Amino acid sequence: MAEIIQDIQEQEYIINMGPQHPSTHGVLRLVLSLRGETVLSVQPHCGYIHRGIEKMCERLTYQQIIHLTDRLDYLSAHINNHAVCMAVETALGIEIPERVKYIRTIMDELARIASHQLWWCSFGMDLGALTAFFYGLRDREPILDIFEESTGGRLIQSYYTPGGLMKDIHPDFQKRVKDYIIYFRKKIGEYDQLLSGNVIMNQRTQGIGKLTKEEAISFGVTGPSGRGSGFECDVRKHRPYGMYGKVEFKEILRSEGDAFARYMVRMDEMRESLNIIEQLIDNIPAGDFTVKMKPVIKLPEGEYYQRVEAARGEFGVFISSKGEKYPYRIKLRSPNFSNLSALHTMANGQKIADLVAIGASLDYVIPDIDR
Amino acid sequence: MRGLINYFSGMFNGIISLLKGMGVTGKYFFTSPVTIVTQQYPENRKTLEMFDAFKGEVTMPHDENNEHKCTACSICQINCPNGSIEIVSRDVVNDEGKKRKELDKHLYNIGMCSFCGLCIKTCPSNALAWGQEFEHSMFTRDKFVKTLNNEGSKLMQKKGVE
Repeated sequence: MAEIIQDIQEQEYIINMGPQHPSTHGVLRLVLSLRGETVLSVQPHCGYIHRGIEKMCERLTYQQIIHLTDRLDYLSAHINNHAVCMAVETALGIEIPERVKYIRTIMDELARIASHQLWWCSFGMDLGALTAFFYGLRDREPILDIFEESTGGRLIQSYYTPGGLMKDIHPDFQKRVKDYIIYFRKKIGEYDQLLSGNVIMNQRTQGIGKLTKEEAISFGVTGPSGRGSGFECDVRKHRPYGMYGKVEFKEILRSEGDAFARYMVRMDEMRESLNIIEQLIDNIPAGDFTVKMKPVIKLPEGEYYQRVEAARGEFGVFISSKGEKYPYRIKLRSPNFSNLSALHTMANGQKIADLVAIGASLDYVIPDIDR
Repeated sequence: MRGLINYFSGMFNGIISLLKGMGVTGKYFFTSPVTIVTQQYPENRKTLEMFDAFKGEVTMPHDENNEHKCTACSICQINCPNGSIEIVSRDVVNDEGKKRKELDKHLYNIGMCSFCGLCIKTCPSNALAWGQEFEHSMFTRDKFVKTLNNEGSKLMQKKGVE
């Protein structure tokens, strides 16, 4: 008997976590190598939701690509579309109206808040706090209503188009957004009361899943996950696009690099997003919501790259054009794929229950990993 | 001794933090919710109203004379990224001997539609519009293919400039 116990303690044990595990938020398969409860290695296996979006884009016009980039990181659909639209616009050398820039920036920030809210929901749920899930979804609902009123879609909007927007915003848009800022400022305090200071949550996240700044840079971990390790990677701040160059906001940085730091970065980012929207919402200039574009867009021959700050990190679009109406090749740099690659470094030597907390703090969206 | 103090103070702070969280949930337990977030869906079907911009399905509005605006130009079919629109047209020779296309059937497969709205945006004669219908589930797949133009409908004649 004693021999068997010793065997179990010394042997490596291979186990599959996922592809149908509730804490993987989608079809992600992690092959874990365990000794007892300690994680020795994590090997992510991708491909369960691979749809070949990059290949599909080669047979679509630039307007049609928008409906596919919606479906990458569906929680920051607006922001992904922003990258594609800007890549096409800079390639054509079009100056888009100020009104479009304002609306796009506000929509991006609303999408970021909604995305971080859903992350907060699932973060609480993964750590066993189901109440957080309901409170987060309750506050996310008004944002989805704002989206639906103006764009027609709740999750997948397809609102941006090269040259502007699909349609103008609803007349009530400004009023609703202003009401929402007041509403959410009150409610975000509740988030801190409910989860940020909670002793169980603190002990399960503080010091768990450490990632140093050097590791974050070498793995290309961007977004709130990278900034939790002190990596200054906010594209909005360092390469401003849209209206970000003209608004004041802080780049949230934390040096701890553990799961709790990543949590706090996202919480503070929600407040910063509210500040950004507040500075823009009153000043939306009048004007056209789109530039008159040719029905068939042909990009001049060449290579174009545009990056934006999506809710989970840096999202990049690389377009290689041969002067036809279809792109010759499109490469999408999705933030989640790079963030996932650091999972092994973070989870190595931790307990298997901590892996759930680390995964929750990375906030991965599987369709963005597999594309 | 210090370890013991830390142990008890940690326990005490932990209980305080839990009570803080319980305070939030307790507040909502004892105060009735001001607004109900969730929709009481099957019960409120008659009163449920979607936003005007809501993308339910692609429709082709007809006027009271059963006339539509579609000229069978197939621009929506070309612009659709998924191939969910198929236009069946016939050639008609009018009184002056000119050949032109007339819409026979505007087939719309909602099972393949991704609701991007390019067909509606690019239509040169504004013949398509979003509908508010959202209950699309069917028992068989072939019921997803809808004919958007009504039976016996005609092209709306352009009003002459007076």
